[in-house]
Amino acid sequence: MNLTPFIDGSYGTTVLFLVGIFALTYLRYRSATKRLAAVEKRP
Amino acid sequence: MTENILAPEIGPRGATGTWLHRYANPGRFLRLAQPALPWLAAFSIILTVTGIVWGYFFAPADWEQGNAARIMYVHVPAAWVSMAGYAALAVCSFFSIVWRHPLADLAAEEIGPVGAGFTFVCLISGALWGKPMWGAYWVWDARLTSVLVLFFLYLGHIALIRAFDNREHGYRAAAILALVGAVNLPIIVFSVQWWNTLHQGNTISITGGSKIYVTMLYPLLIASVGFYMCFITLVTARLCSAIMERKTRALLLAAAERGA
Repeated sequence: MNLTPFIDGSYGTTVLFLVGIFALTYLRYRSATKRLAAVEKRP
Repeated sequence: MTENILAPEIGPRGATGTWLHRYANPGRFLRLAQPALPWLAAFSIILTVTGIVWGYFFAPADWEQGNAARIMYVHVPAAWVSMAGYAALAVCSFFSIVWRHPLADLAAEEIGPVGAGFTFVCLISGALWGKPMWGAYWVWDARLTSVLVLFFLYLGHIALIRAFDNREHGYRAAAILALVGAVNLPIIVFSVQWWNTLHQGNTISITGGSKIYVTMLYPLLIASVGFYMCFITLVTARLCSAIMERKTRALLLAAAERGA
């Protein structure tokens, strides 16, 4: 049996998950920081 | 200022455990966590990439399973983190119920999706290992079934927090679910000893040492530390975001009240 699709599938799922969740978390963090800074600057 | 603004919404709600409340203060947490985040992220990425690349390209193939054993370098760390994440969720829920810890509810809310993600990775990578090794993606084995239950517990926790109009009710209900569900953790760990399972027994244990050679053990440990660091980084970043979102909301409300 060719094992490559199974191994690549496992690593692919893991890398996609990690990259995806890091990207989403970073975007949320950046958005929260910017919004807070904008609200705090208001008179 | 941060503390005062957040106090009406997520401030201390009990007189017990003053020292806990001191370190649970959202403003103080934000001040401590934000400078640490870039370092945490850097260490997470370096360790995880090193572990994954080492496991995929350089670790030797297993004498029995061949290259299929390489799945271990993502499957095992994901499994460990999914269980540790649920243990953290249960501890936060305990703090929330007993001491009304200000950050505990927020931490539990942010741990849930990250832990569910790691459990999903564990289940998928396990299924992809199972097909060439066992001839099936899934079997109703005690270890596999108990990890599937863990995944459903995470999903239940995520859903329950958001199921009530009053968020406080959601936090209480979800905390009880998390504590009751913690009984599943020893079942996962000991399932391979209590029942005759298709899933292999523990390869590494704290008391019993390792059954694999160092050329395979080192990448596994590096990937595991990397995954743990990823979990800590993600939860810390999400927690900081949640605190800042609440502070923004509180400031906007205060401004609206002043204008009214």
